[in-house]
Amino acid sequence: MMAAVPLSYIARNLWVRRVTTGLTAAGMALVVYVFATVLMMTEGIRSTLVATGQADNMIVLRKGAGAEINSGISREQAAIIETLPGIATDPRGRPLVSKEPVVLNNLPKRSSGKPSNVTMRGTSEIGALLRPQVRIVQGRMFRAGSNEVIAGRAVADGFQGVQLGATLRFGGRDWVVVGVFDAARSGFDSEIWADAEQLMQALRRQSWSSVLVRLSDVDAFDAVRDRIDTDPRLTLDAKREVRFYAEQSESLANFIGILGTSLAVVFSIGAVVGATITMFGSVASRIGEIGTLRALGFRRGAVLAAFLGEALLLSLVGGVVGLLAATGMQAVSVSTTNFATFSELAFQFRLTPLIAAQSLLFALGMGFVGGFIPAWRAARLKIVDCLRAA
Amino acid sequence: MFIFRLLLKNAFRHPLRTLLTIVGLVVAVVAFGMLRTIVDAWYAGAEASSSTRLITRSATSLTVPLPLAYAERLRAVDGVDGISWSNWFGGVYVSERNFFPQFAVDPQSYLPLYPEFVVKADDRVAWERDRKGVIVGRKLADKFGWQVGDQIPLRGTIYPGTWSFTLRGIYDGADAGTDTNQMLMHWAYLNETMRARSGRRADQVGVFIVGIRDPNNAALVSQRIDAQFRNSLAETLTETEKAFQLGFVAMSEAILVALQAVSFIVIVIIMAVMANTMTMTARERLAEYATLKALGFPPEFVVRLLFGESLFIALLGGVLGLLLTLPLAALFAGATGTLFPVFRVSGATMGLQLAVALVVGAVAAAWPAWKMSRINIVNGLRHVA
Repeated sequence: MMAAVPLSYIARNLWVRRVTTGLTAAGMALVVYVFATVLMMTEGIRSTLVATGQADNMIVLRKGAGAEINSGISREQAAIIETLPGIATDPRGRPLVSKEPVVLNNLPKRSSGKPSNVTMRGTSEIGALLRPQVRIVQGRMFRAGSNEVIAGRAVADGFQGVQLGATLRFGGRDWVVVGVFDAARSGFDSEIWADAEQLMQALRRQSWSSVLVRLSDVDAFDAVRDRIDTDPRLTLDAKREVRFYAEQSESLANFIGILGTSLAVVFSIGAVVGATITMFGSVASRIGEIGTLRALGFRRGAVLAAFLGEALLLSLVGGVVGLLAATGMQAVSVSTTNFATFSELAFQFRLTPLIAAQSLLFALGMGFVGGFIPAWRAARLKIVDCLRAA
Repeated sequence: MFIFRLLLKNAFRHPLRTLLTIVGLVVAVVAFGMLRTIVDAWYAGAEASSSTRLITRSATSLTVPLPLAYAERLRAVDGVDGISWSNWFGGVYVSERNFFPQFAVDPQSYLPLYPEFVVKADDRVAWERDRKGVIVGRKLADKFGWQVGDQIPLRGTIYPGTWSFTLRGIYDGADAGTDTNQMLMHWAYLNETMRARSGRRADQVGVFIVGIRDPNNAALVSQRIDAQFRNSLAETLTETEKAFQLGFVAMSEAILVALQAVSFIVIVIIMAVMANTMTMTARERLAEYATLKALGFPPEFVVRLLFGESLFIALLGGVLGLLLTLPLAALFAGATGTLFPVFRVSGATMGLQLAVALVVGAVAAAWPAWKMSRINIVNGLRHVA
């Protein structure tokens, strides 16, 4: 059995060179912080939009439109959709179908005063029913057929003039904010809702943007979609609501993910260089000790393991510090324009166990790459040379 | 001279360590430069804007169209020189990954307002004659290898269906800041097709481009225009082209702020690495510095030695990084294709790169220099044994 150098010896070596250890670990901590923050951001965007869709909802848009603002569905087409089999009904026998106009409204942000696009959705009692995650937290629901609107929590908090009781001017009318709703951190938090028919009149539009349908059961989707696809009057695309919103998160999440990860990898070169310098220094200043260890009977492997262990421990310290700093980001809410919809999307940084594990592994990877060559060199030293050098 | 030779010798006493430090510096300086260039590229549209152009759009948002009939009323506004209009086509060429902007415009009135789009006279006539014709910028044509006469199919997202256009000309930019990543098509063709399909979506305009004679009148003319249409069915919002473009930049402000923050993080990372190098160096040379002091050199000499060495290494890394940034930026611009219409490393960025390297060098030497200037000669010499 090969005797290993005790862990306490390794740890103490790091402590003796506190300043160097601290500086190297700080560099790594910053890289891990960037790495973890980016992953938390992409996860935040994904989970926000995935939480927006309901499994048994289906959304219908004009063929090829991709996003609600590009889409248009005529009243005739919407009427046909309502009669399709496989659509759930409420206790009074009305089909659970919400025909909705969507328009973007340019409003100034509270933080910067600069305008950004907010999604304004015309909906109805049924529309609210189809989105069970939405609850009114302040004020009340808008009255059908009125110029009243309700604002999502992120809009009410993040934009000027959208708080409870405020008046929004657009489409030649004044719209009163009578309620603020919470949509359980889904995309609807970044929307303003108004009465569908009133919004259509104000915009002088003849067509809906999208039609949201509650399926009689989750498996009815394929049958309903096939009917829509085969009906020549309906040049429409039907999608599961969950998939529709997941797709909307893709381009922004991918963009941030790719950009951020490549940055973290480039930055990690700096941190790896730091670790290598530190470990070379550590080896150089302990040549005598290495010789003594070897003379005491520790094998080359044990010396290699000891120095590699030191590098890994160093990087773990950096990783943990960086991760702790990133944990603090969970309290931060970000709002930016989603390219896919051209409108604001508010989301939180989200830390998952997977991201924590990935970040620590990334840190350990830096430690390994940075520490291997110095550890290798330490293990290759001859006992005689070491002792002579000392 | 003597001190410089000493610096040089000192700097390369641990060639591997110095080399590694320089590698780290180069990476950081390049990353910093690239990040700044990416942020600059975001602002390219605003930088290239003309002060004699105003953009009039719906007060609600850019996605709400205005009636074409406004054109005549805009022309009559005092101070207005020329009027044109454009619609965002938003088509997909083969796949979503090939994104580039496409505008449906009125060629006769649009091109005079955009003198930076340089089109050969023959190409321009050919485009104006062919209603299904388009012109594209040089960068875009190069990316997809398009030749004049090629058919370009686009899948409509806003305007449904598959559209096929014929390439009639390629425009060049009057200067390097011009966006040559756009496609321009005939607004009239789009309009007629939409009228034939469903009369409701005809005669609608995305934005009006308003040419003004005197840039100083921009605010006044904007107010006049918006006053014209106040309380109408479609209220307008008029701003300078620069403000309009900055509006787009502001939409992704969160990402830009993050990029800027991150470009400073990389500097802090390398500062830590470099400070570590200098601390280790100083610690090893404790005895030497004590000897120098014993020989009668003042503490400032040791300080100068450390700062000199640190700044020398930092400058070397900074210059190498600067030299590497240019070819890398060219590679990056090639790889991202049309994502950034204009991607140039600015003079300010290069200056900042060097400045940042020097700051890193100075900060890294500060702590060890302070400590070494205060060493006790006896303790320092004892350290040898």
